[in-house]
Amino acid sequence: MGVDLQENVALTAPQTVKSNVLGDNIITTSLDKLVNWSRSRSMWPMTFGLACCAIEMMAAGAARYDLDRFGILFRASPRQADLIIIAGTVTYKMLPVIRTVYEQMPEPKYVIAMGACASSGGVFDTYSVVQGIDTALPVDVYIPGCPPRPEGLIYGLIQLQEKIMREKNSFGAAIGVGEVVPG
Amino acid sequence: MSQAVVAKLKQEYPAAVVDVVEHRGETTVTVQKEDIVAVCAYLKNEAGYNFLCDLCGVDYLGVEPRFMVVYNLYNIATKERLRLKAAVAEQSCCIDTVTGVWSTANWHERECWDMFGIRFNNHPDLRRILMPEDWVGYPLRKDYPLQGPDRQPYQGRLS
Repeated sequence: MGVDLQENVALTAPQTVKSNVLGDNIITTSLDKLVNWSRSRSMWPMTFGLACCAIEMMAAGAARYDLDRFGILFRASPRQADLIIIAGTVTYKMLPVIRTVYEQMPEPKYVIAMGACASSGGVFDTYSVVQGIDTALPVDVYIPGCPPRPEGLIYGLIQLQEKIMREKNSFGAAIGVGEVVPG
Repeated sequence: MSQAVVAKLKQEYPAAVVDVVEHRGETTVTVQKEDIVAVCAYLKNEAGYNFLCDLCGVDYLGVEPRFMVVYNLYNIATKERLRLKAAVAEQSCCIDTVTGVWSTANWHERECWDMFGIRFNNHPDLRRILMPEDWVGYPLRKDYPLQGPDRQPYQGRLS
């Protein structure tokens, strides 16, 4: 409104970007950190829901909470997954299935126990319910709640990212020298 | 209408009908377990109860006979319901299958077998349906410990 473009704006060619932006600066890091960073920023969870927690997990993955911005994409095959979120009540009938899925995942793999049921059996203190998935799988992060809100799941995932960042010798283990020291 | 059906049923199978209870518009007929298939076939073919809504077991622990198998029937055409019951003793814990009458009874009877241990004679595929296949015991029996046989009986949440 009232701006005379032709008079006020001098149209000049944009300055060409310098070819050497960083100048003489360099970044140093350890290979472990690089490996940890790439692992923690592309955790692909297995699409695997067991009960009402799975609804919150889906909500966390959908548009409003959008797990994609953390590099977390749900994969429908355990062979492409780094992480399994145990989202719900684990029954003894389901346990062999979960074990099979977990064993099909390639190393390194992580487990999140989402919600009260996966962590401890929750209110289902009965003959048919596993009293905590940690009796069968090595759990990295427990998320309380019944069910946890998507914010809770996101917080747990970030805790796992930080845990992965603390891992030692992850590069060495990847090329076959020694074992990963968990964070 | 269901009174007429019950009267006819009594006429047809006088020895089979043990008891008839009418409560708040619901009719419950208790029959001898030996006649269950004949009665069910009659009710389906002659009285039009063409849908078996549900089949379940009941455990009356301390009462003889201990178990009861309950059949909830529905007549889709006239929208009428009828409940059939058959007592099953613990010693001879079996009853004939009605899968030949309503094939939906297949899974219902499997569930009843799984949960109560009531065996259904001539059932085409009597396996556990809810519990793992190697499970021992029948969880819905009243004397089955809630937290499983390998744990102490329930004494509150912190036991």
